[in-house]
Amino acid sequence: MAWDLKNDRPIYTQLVEQIAIGIVSGNYPIGEKLPSVRDLASQAAVNPNTMQRALTELERKGLVHTQRTNGRYITEDNGMIEKVRQELAQEQISEFIQSMTKLGFKKTETVQLINKFMEEEK
Amino acid sequence: MAPILECKGLNKFYGGKQALKTIDLSLGRGRIVGLLGPNGSGKTTLIKLASGLLTPTGGEILIDGKQPGIETKKLVSYLPERTYLNDWMKVRDIIDFFCDFYGDFNKEKAYDMLSRLNINPNDRLKSMSKGTKEKVQLILVMSREAKLYLLDEPIGGVDPAARDYILRTIIGNYSEDSTVVISTHLIADIEPVLDYVVFINQGDIAMSATLDQIREEQGKSVDELFREVFRC
Repeated sequence: MAWDLKNDRPIYTQLVEQIAIGIVSGNYPIGEKLPSVRDLASQAAVNPNTMQRALTELERKGLVHTQRTNGRYITEDNGMIEKVRQELAQEQISEFIQSMTKLGFKKTETVQLINKFMEEEK
Repeated sequence: MAPILECKGLNKFYGGKQALKTIDLSLGRGRIVGLLGPNGSGKTTLIKLASGLLTPTGGEILIDGKQPGIETKKLVSYLPERTYLNDWMKVRDIIDFFCDFYGDFNKEKAYDMLSRLNINPNDRLKSMSKGTKEKVQLILVMSREAKLYLLDEPIGGVDPAARDYILRTIIGNYSEDSTVVISTHLIADIEPVLDYVVFINQGDIAMSATLDQIREEQGKSVDELFREVFRC
């Protein structure tokens, strides 16, 4: 999994987001064991404490759970994953709309452009 | 448990010139700390005081609750900004030398890192480029199982690929009871690896906070903040 960390936000929130995306996209399959904190930190080239904090947050959200002494596992709750998937989609859309507003497009115009784009894609 | 490094009213004069103002600082265990500041801000002075190479003019500095001395040298693995090794020696011999010196030296780890960085243990330091020499020194320092690593400008002279490997080594080496202090100007490169940041300016601590705290409050990276605060 490729990690892409931006400069303007805390690192741990970005890790939470990216692991969540990894789960939603099936990169980390449902019910599977997650790599250890150390391995994840090493892959992402981030501080292990920061990675730990991100995993704790994912646990709080219910996307992963700890099995006593046996590491962390991805949730088996499909509904939960779908909920997070919807949340992530909402975020993407809201970011996109904001960018379009900056470019001076009204919402209706943006929708028209999307429809036109989709037509041409076919 | 005492903090791994603690400064209480610590100050240092070189003759009439004050290098460190009265500093209070406490660093916990299991952290990777960035000691950041412009040239001449006192970073190296602080590191040398912690490693016992300098003595305080006033106040005190404690390593694991003890004043720097023989006992703390067992706990501290120090990478100086300049080399002190004999350049006629082969890497292999220097490793044996370190083995004799430090009870916590892990020879296997050292050889493993050498091979990952394609350094021949039979080469003499003299025959190596500046960057390769720096890699060898860092390998020696990171091969100890120390409680406090003091790295003074560890990545300045090495290429980006080796820099990545070194940072991953620092992460892979992470343990809950050891702390790594890295002094550097190359903040952007090491920023994600840090969890705590100490800004030092003109001998004084300008700020000390967790990395994500700074990003959260300032809405920018520590690197960007540094460039703003120390704009020339």
